[in-house]
Amino acid sequence: MLREGHQVSCLDEDPESHARLEVGLEKSWEDLGGQFTVGAGLETEALEAAGIEGADVFIASTDGDNTNIVISQIAQRRYEVPTVIARVLDPLRAEWYQRQGLNTVCPTRVAIDLLEGEVRNAAGRGGSTDDTPAAA
Amino acid sequence: MYIIVVGAGKVGWNLARELLDKGHEVTLIENDRRRYLTVEQELEHNVSYGDASELWVLERAGIQRADMVIAVTGDDEDNMLICQVAKEKYLVDQIIARVNNPRNRRHFDLLGIKPSVSATDLILRLLEHEVPEYGLVHLLDLQEEQLEIIEMLLGKDSGVTGRRVGDLQMPEGSLLISVLREGKGFVPNADTVLQEGDEILAVLDPGKEEDLKVLFGPEGNGNGTGG
Repeated sequence: MLREGHQVSCLDEDPESHARLEVGLEKSWEDLGGQFTVGAGLETEALEAAGIEGADVFIASTDGDNTNIVISQIAQRRYEVPTVIARVLDPLRAEWYQRQGLNTVCPTRVAIDLLEGEVRNAAGRGGSTDDTPAAA
Repeated sequence: MYIIVVGAGKVGWNLARELLDKGHEVTLIENDRRRYLTVEQELEHNVSYGDASELWVLERAGIQRADMVIAVTGDDEDNMLICQVAKEKYLVDQIIARVNNPRNRRHFDLLGIKPSVSATDLILRLLEHEVPEYGLVHLLDLQEEQLEIIEMLLGKDSGVTGRRVGDLQMPEGSLLISVLREGKGFVPNADTVLQEGDEILAVLDPGKEEDLKVLFGPEGNGNGTGG
């Protein structure tokens, strides 16, 4: 996103994550215009330090579903960020919160769809006979 | 009533036991396998193993017919979301959530999770009760109704002892509702004269505590903050 010319600010509990951001970059994250804040997403001070108040888009993609769902609702309701996206691994909750008006992306769902597609492709190539109906 | 309690820590386990003793139907959900096995020895089929953040775990516990869901895990996010889906997806009438970190309370409020109970806040209130310099004790917060009831002991340095209730200029949004004197309580009238050692109960709008502390404290003269 940074390369596309957007302003990007990352918030992470682990200061080491900063190094990961710079892997493969020719300059430092900050030199390229990025911002990095160390803090917990539930702390409103940390969110504000990361600049949530002027954000056009807020993405919650920590490794915890619950954290992502809570923080993205805070971004929606308290800070009124126009576009909020939450990564939710649990397909059932991703679907339910999506219906409640929270934009969710479910990597599990995406992986299942891709895998199913691969299986269908393989079956289409005649690689398997398992899907031919058994004679009754 | 059918009550689902989430989190079998000290709070959840004891709560479930008491609710069962009172004759309620209870399911206690715990996501730590070892803890679950320990608690299951006592509570048997009333305990269920699983992560209550997951909808199917709640459904297996019969959330559709639950009258109340109480989330008392050690994780505020879990407690918030369990109560949120209980209320909004499964339309459970009554929810109660535990707040572990008092700083998170505003998030509970933001998501409409009420009531939320914070042990730390309760201990702070006990401290207010025990540490005399605070002088003022919260007895009850009616968040929804925007009212609170407080208790205050009139020390010998209080500026209002010996004065008529009718002469006090109570701050707007507050009302003296009772006086406890020598172990007896009564409703004061305008002619009641306050004495040292009286405990007064007042109902007030939130945020009026400071005004009352000044009015009834050492510098108080019964005339309120404005003069």
